[in-house]
Amino acid sequence: MDLTYTEEEQDFRARLRAWLAKVLPELPAKPSPDDWPGRRAYDLGWQRRLYEAGYAGLHWPVDAGGRGATPTQHLIFLEETERAGAPYVGANFVGLLHAGPTIAAEGTAEQRARWLPPVLRGDEVWCQGFSEPDAGSDLASLRTRAVRDGDDYVISGSKIWTSHAEVADWCELLVRTDPGAPKHRGISWLAMPMDAPGVSVRPLRTLAGSAEFAQVFLDEVRVPVANRVGAENDGWRVTMVTLSFERGTAFVGEVVACRRTLGELARTAKANGRWDDPVLRRRLGRLYGEFGALWRLTQWNVSEAERSAGGVPGTGGSVFKLAYSHARQELYDTAAEVLGARSLSLEEEWTLDRLSSLSYTIAAGTSQIQRNIVAERILGLPKGR
Amino acid sequence: MDFQPTEDQKDLRAGVRDLLAGRYGREALRASVDTGASVDRALWRELGEAGFFALRLPESEGGVGLGLPEAVLVFEEAGRALVPGPLVATHLAAGVVPGAAAGKAVVSAFDLDGPLVAHLGEADAVLGASGVPAGEPVRSVDPLTPLHRVAVAGDASAYREAGALLTAALQLGSALRTVELAVRYAGEREQFGQPIGAFQAVKHLCARMLVRAEVARTAVYAAAVTGDAGEVAAAKLLADGAAVQGARDCLQVHGGMGFTWEADVHLHLKRAWVRAEQWRTAAQAQELLAQELLGSVEEAGQAG
Repeated sequence: MDLTYTEEEQDFRARLRAWLAKVLPELPAKPSPDDWPGRRAYDLGWQRRLYEAGYAGLHWPVDAGGRGATPTQHLIFLEETERAGAPYVGANFVGLLHAGPTIAAEGTAEQRARWLPPVLRGDEVWCQGFSEPDAGSDLASLRTRAVRDGDDYVISGSKIWTSHAEVADWCELLVRTDPGAPKHRGISWLAMPMDAPGVSVRPLRTLAGSAEFAQVFLDEVRVPVANRVGAENDGWRVTMVTLSFERGTAFVGEVVACRRTLGELARTAKANGRWDDPVLRRRLGRLYGEFGALWRLTQWNVSEAERSAGGVPGTGGSVFKLAYSHARQELYDTAAEVLGARSLSLEEEWTLDRLSSLSYTIAAGTSQIQRNIVAERILGLPKGR
Repeated sequence: MDFQPTEDQKDLRAGVRDLLAGRYGREALRASVDTGASVDRALWRELGEAGFFALRLPESEGGVGLGLPEAVLVFEEAGRALVPGPLVATHLAAGVVPGAAAGKAVVSAFDLDGPLVAHLGEADAVLGASGVPAGEPVRSVDPLTPLHRVAVAGDASAYREAGALLTAALQLGSALRTVELAVRYAGEREQFGQPIGAFQAVKHLCARMLVRAEVARTAVYAAAVTGDAGEVAAAKLLADGAAVQGARDCLQVHGGMGFTWEADVHLHLKRAWVRAEQWRTAAQAQELLAQELLGSVEEAGQAG
């Protein structure tokens, strides 16, 4: 058990830190949250800088255009970029963390050459078309139909909770290609161009008041069969590759950010006198201990991934996500306690964070689904009927 | 960075697990409960010979020369097996109290707030006091942790950091064991025509137990590697929570059986209650962490 970093890892960190110190002051001003074209341009601009400096697709395999970095280097990258206040992955999330790794793992040479370089260069944005109004936790029951017509699939249906749909070039789309097969066996994974005729996007307003995601309607949209990644009806397995990435190191930067927020909370509480309340003070102390442990759990999971072949994160990600999403919600509830009545003002940054934290126990697998995964796949308890 | 146990560390843990399974299995545990004899001097000496107490003593002083990471792995196994007796205090006394390193002496400590001392009647020495003070027996909640009340409390605070960490490791072992016990029972016990573990209400209880135990595990291991006071406090706090709540959830999964003397669940819960009071309580750990948090902000403010 060793928590020290090798000389090579320390060099990597030092070079990255120096580069961030140089490049971050040159960045343009952040666009407003409602300015979607502005957000797209900002996020892609950051990705282009990463690409030019050799940091794009750090954790992707070399033969997919990535840098083949170890999980530990990726951890350092996420830690340092967050610490320096670098832009969040933003609109590049699906391309870099979902669709890209899936195409890298399952795509043909042609498909990799078509789709991966534009993601790495910051030229194209992807969104995710997985969930449907009637297929959420039970994702495999999705009903969007794709019917073969010559060299095309003709697709009709609707997808929901699609982030960045308004500004995406491509959608990683799950469709049902065999309605007669058992539900997990009749699904295919397609890359759909968002400007195809028949695609319409209706933004959905979240409880935080902003339009962070959308519903996407598909009305006889034609997508070439050549855009299918993996075999026909094998899309569920292809998807599981993607999801295992999402539950791995996706939250590293956020844990770093939460620890910084805790420090700001302590400072604010000290200034406004709330620190003298032992109940609140101890709660802050406990959260500090919990987020410290969550950081260690991240390092534990990364070390484990580094030892396993391919570095694919395991089911330990579910344990982490469960602990983290609940701790994050408690963090912002505690922030409201520190602020008192000021927490009712939307001008307080922590109030918006408190609202957005409510999605953490729902998105990317609800806590209830995660507990099923932990109980059945790690503890080996029987599946329910 | 490689925050996984080395092969040597895994072997050490497996060796201690085998030793305890053979020497202090369930029958031995229940026999101690029946006789009320918590410290078995012969077992104590065997643990001493296996290096349990001399683990961190330098080889030049006749010890094994290993560190806290190895010690927490070993204590995790003792917690899993519910080995009774002042294991932590005797380990801390190695090199200080003659005979402790070899398991020839049983050493307790003033590790509880106030005048209560555990295992006083069986102790050859008590850390924090000169000699063994006289005390009045008190009926203890844990059948395997006898308690005495003494007139004047001693001070063992010099041993507090390592004491808290090793006690956290015992809690961790107990927490992981209660997950296993709950999962096994939930897979065997049938109601409504299926194992109760197939019901989400039960399944989710078990999943929550594991999540708490796994978070505590990384906190305990990390604190052993860094030795940082804040991390030790966090490890104790999280391991106490995982052990106490884990035992309670395990009891709930066992239903009526869980409320009986015959099931082992209550032994885990009661011992976890005792350990939660030893060396550093939850309130103390939270206060220490709060001060560390504030200190980290003020430091950053001065630096910036």
